Amino acid sequence: MCLGVPGRVVAVEGLLATVDFWGVRRTVRLDVVDAPVLPGDYVLNHVGFAIRRIPEPEIEETLALYETLLRSMEAEDPMADDVRAELAAAREGEGGDER
Amino acid sequence: MSASGLAPPADGEALRFRDPVRARALLRVLERATRPREADPVCLMHVCGSHEQAIARFGLRAALPKGLRVIAGPGCPVCVTDAPEVDEAVTLAERGLRVLTYGDMLRVPGSARSLADARAEGARVEVVYSVAQAVDAARACDEELVFFATGFETTAVATAAVLLGDPPPNFSVLSAHKYIPPVMEIVAEMPGTRIEGFLAAGHAATITGSAVFEPFVARHGVPVVVAGFEPLDVLAGLARLVELVRRGEPRVENAFPRCVTREGNRRAQERLWSVFEPAGGCWRGITRVPNGNLRLRPAFVRFDARRRFEAWLRDPARPAPSPLAQQCVCGDVMAGLASPSDCALFGRSCTPATPVGACMVSSEGTCRIWHQYGGHPDLGVSA
Repeated sequence: MCLGVPGRVVAVEGLLATVDFWGVRRTVRLDVVDAPVLPGDYVLNHVGFAIRRIPEPEIEETLALYETLLRSMEAEDPMADDVRAELAAAREGEGGDER
Repeated sequence: MSASGLAPPADGEALRFRDPVRARALLRVLERATRPREADPVCLMHVCGSHEQAIARFGLRAALPKGLRVIAGPGCPVCVTDAPEVDEAVTLAERGLRVLTYGDMLRVPGSARSLADARAEGARVEVVYSVAQAVDAARACDEELVFFATGFETTAVATAAVLLGDPPPNFSVLSAHKYIPPVMEIVAEMPGTRIEGFLAAGHAATITGSAVFEPFVARHGVPVVVAGFEPLDVLAGLARLVELVRRGEPRVENAFPRCVTREGNRRAQERLWSVFEPAGGCWRGITRVPNGNLRLRPAFVRFDARRRFEAWLRDPARPAPSPLAQQCVCGDVMAGLASPSDCALFGRSCTPATPVGACMVSSEGTCRIWHQYGGHPDLGVSA
C-alpha cells in the first residue's frame, strides 16, 4: 500500500493527467501533487494520486530503482508484488484505457 | 523509461544489490562504528513495512554486525488497523451496505471475522485500487456506499482530496487512517524497548517532510533518519543513524532527498489537515495512541460513515476472538517487543494461506515477510 510508482506524464487536463507506467497508461489525479505538472514530467503515483513531481536530476535514478525491483521476478516477492499490483490495478481500473 | 512494457524476468541473479560494492562498504562502516557495542548492541527501529521487506529479502539482518540490532516497528498500515475498526466495516457490510476498500484489507481479521468472511456469506464487499474509484462507483448508483479508508498519511491525503472534490451524498468514509509520528512517541517510551534511533519511512515523509520529526527528536533525544526502501537506502540510513548515536547527536537527517524535503508536500498537507484532524485511537495490539488516528473534521461530518450509520455502529457485533487469535502476538511484533519466531503460531497455525493475525496478511507485515524469507535468510552480498 505504501509504495508509489513513478510514471511519465503524457497529457494533462485540469486535475487529471494521463500517465504512462512502463507502457501502461492510466489516469492519475493531480489534486495533491507538490508542483505544476506538464507532459514529459515524471510523477510518483500513490493510489491514483500524484504525490510528487520527480525533480529532473532524480528521474533516472528513480526509474532505475524500480526497474531493478521489477526485474527481481522471484516467484513471490512482496515488494515486487506491491509494485506489480500497482501496475496491474492500472490495467483493471478506471475503465481500463489500456485493457 | 521506454514505453516498451515491463522488463523481462531476470535469472537467479535477480536478488542482488544494484551496487554490491557500496553495500559491502556500508556494512563495513556499520561494523566499525558498532564494534565497541558488541556486548550491548545499538538498537534501532524502522517504522516502515517496505524497510522490513528490503531487510528480509536481501538478508540484511544476518549481515548486520554483532553490535547492531534492527527491529521492526509499527510500519504496516494494514496491520495496525485495529480489530474493532474492521468490525465496523464488517458490520456495515453485513447490514447490506456496499463497502469498498483497498485489497490488502480484505483478509485482515476483525475480532472474529474479516471482510472476506462477510463477502463469502453474501455481503457486498468490493476492492478498489483508489478511493477515486469508490467515488466514481457512488456517482454511478443511488445506494449508500461506504469507503473503508485505511493507511497512513500518504494514503489519507487521497481520501482528503476526494472529500474536497464534492463527492455524491450517498458516499461516506469509515476512516481508519493512522498518523505515524504519534506512534513513535509511544514506542519510544514503551518499557522493555530501548531504542536509540529511528529509521522513518520515506514515502510518508514525502507528504509530511522530515521536519515533522524534529519535535520528537527534541523530546526524546534520539535521532531520526528518513530513508528510502531500497536495500542501499536502508543501509545508508542505518549508517547515518549509527553515526549519530555514536556521536550522541540527536537530530533529524534526510537520507532520501530523492523523494523527501524538509518541509514536505505543502499542498498535500493543506488538504490532509483541512479534512482530517488527529484524534486518539487504538492501533492493533499496541495501545491507545494519542493523536494516532485521523478523524474527519466537523465540516466533513456529513461524509462520516460513523455518524451516518451511528445506530448500527454504536454496538457492533464483536464476537469473542478464536482461541488461536488469542495466542497471536502481532501486537508485540508491531511494538518491536517480539519477533515472529517468538510466536507459537508462526509458520504452523498461522501462514499466509491461513493467517491468524494481521501481520501475516499484509505484504508489509513483519510475519508475512519473515515467513516469505525464512526469518534470517542468507545474504547475497557478503561473499
